[in-house]
Amino acid sequence: MAQNRRGDVGARDSGREQQPGRELLSAADVTRTIARIAHQIIEKTAFGPDGSDNLVLLGIPTRGVHVAHRLTAAIADFTGVAPAVGSVDATLYRDDLRRGPARALESTAMPEGGVDDKLVVLVDDVLMSGRTTRAALDALRDEGRPRSVQLAVLIDRGHRELPIRADYVGKNVPTSRSEQILVSLAETDGSDGVWIAQEEDPEPGGAQPGGSGSGDQGDGA
Amino acid sequence: MRHLLSAADLDAGEATALLDTSDRLREALLGREVRKLPTLRGRTVVTMFYENSTRTRVSFEIAGKWMSADTINVSASGSSVSKGESLRDTALTLSSMGADCVVVRHPASGAAHRLAHWGGTGPSAGGAGIDTGGATTGTPTAIVNAGDGTHEHPTQALLDAATLRDRLGGIAGRRIAIVGDVLHSRVARSNVLLLATLGAEVVLVAPPTLLPTGVDTWPCRVSYELDAELPAVDAVMMLRVQAERMHGGFFPSAREYAVRFGLSEDRAALLREGAVVLHPGPMVRGMEIAPAVADAPNSAVLAQVRNGVHVRMAVLYHLLAGAPE
Repeated sequence: MAQNRRGDVGARDSGREQQPGRELLSAADVTRTIARIAHQIIEKTAFGPDGSDNLVLLGIPTRGVHVAHRLTAAIADFTGVAPAVGSVDATLYRDDLRRGPARALESTAMPEGGVDDKLVVLVDDVLMSGRTTRAALDALRDEGRPRSVQLAVLIDRGHRELPIRADYVGKNVPTSRSEQILVSLAETDGSDGVWIAQEEDPEPGGAQPGGSGSGDQGDGA
Repeated sequence: MRHLLSAADLDAGEATALLDTSDRLREALLGREVRKLPTLRGRTVVTMFYENSTRTRVSFEIAGKWMSADTINVSASGSSVSKGESLRDTALTLSSMGADCVVVRHPASGAAHRLAHWGGTGPSAGGAGIDTGGATTGTPTAIVNAGDGTHEHPTQALLDAATLRDRLGGIAGRRIAIVGDVLHSRVARSNVLLLATLGAEVVLVAPPTLLPTGVDTWPCRVSYELDAELPAVDAVMMLRVQAERMHGGFFPSAREYAVRFGLSEDRAALLREGAVVLHPGPMVRGMEIAPAVADAPNSAVLAQVRNGVHVRMAVLYHLLAGAPE
């Protein structure tokens, strides 16, 4: 009944022993990239000990949540104060639910104090079509009214289908739709790294074009 | 999953997925001002109740509404059923109007199964259910069994399982006693099937007259002594004595039943610490359960009702949100 999202664990597990394709970010690069995004968030939001209750990082499951927690830790490291962190599952707001079997839902956890009048940074691993981000924005609207919303992603691979742009980008990667971005994070996959590979079994018709292969990013974040 | 007719239709994986979805939905709605999800926008859910009900009908309606489905209630007394229309014709009518899902409660065991497997009409003849050819919806109508006679009530079993999982931290390996009028209880049958699927050890406790024939084939143990079982169980589920279905002497008197099989305060004291008391409702206080026991902290009666909404949202989600199979 509940099935894993397209392009989930399979591709990942097969790559466990020998990652397919070309390495985009090594484990050290992932750490450095997250540290850089953390610095950019601090700079752009003027986050510090005096404004600690105004910044909220919300990860989009599953890997966006891990990135959000790492960003929080990095920001706490640099400023001495940790911003609030949580997760928002956008599955119930997706526009493609009717295109596949019922998806399993992921965890939603709003930080104490909610999002009203906060500066919310949505965090995801891969940005592609922008449809996941749109769904997350819709979910966020039902949670409250943030002062403003920004978007941070580890990888921007292009192919936008909606007018959505990230405020913080770890790495811009020009891709073709037949390629996959494989994001691996220690929390779920044992080790860090980002790879690009040819999709082994491209789906005809492009119902869910060019999966990033990063679990919940099946059809592009 | 096309229909939900019996708890036996669910394997452990499917049941766990439904319970997980239910937990996620509760989490997603927790503390929200706007308790509305857009997921089932444009889908139509009809509840068709041929028997009285408060919590099941209302919780299906709330579940549908919170997910933005259009929900319509049909009760036998206010509909053409009172003019003599058959179950099948009523269901075909609702399906033709565009119902994506029909939630049915009926006094006859097997009514939901009949609706889901009625063949011989329309282009989809051959047992595909009340499919009217897809003129309106494009897909056959999903049937949810909300209680059929003394047979099954799968969503009640799911919400009981959700409650037990919350309170006990898991179901596999736990021992659960189901006590009372098993003979007339659709809740008992669905619970035995589902809890056994999920790995629990189930024991039925009832007077011999209130056990159905063939109970020895159920995946559970049978006992006639409540006091002997209580100290060893993780949860005890009290069943209502269904007086409206009783035509005959099943026990000498209500008082004698209450003394031997009711969960009195003294009996509840036999339970180990942390053991949970469940009742599917409606409760007859003083008969199968003492008022003080029903309101005690280890009673999960209201948690069951609360979980009922989320479990039914999960069922509707799994039936209606994805692509038709």
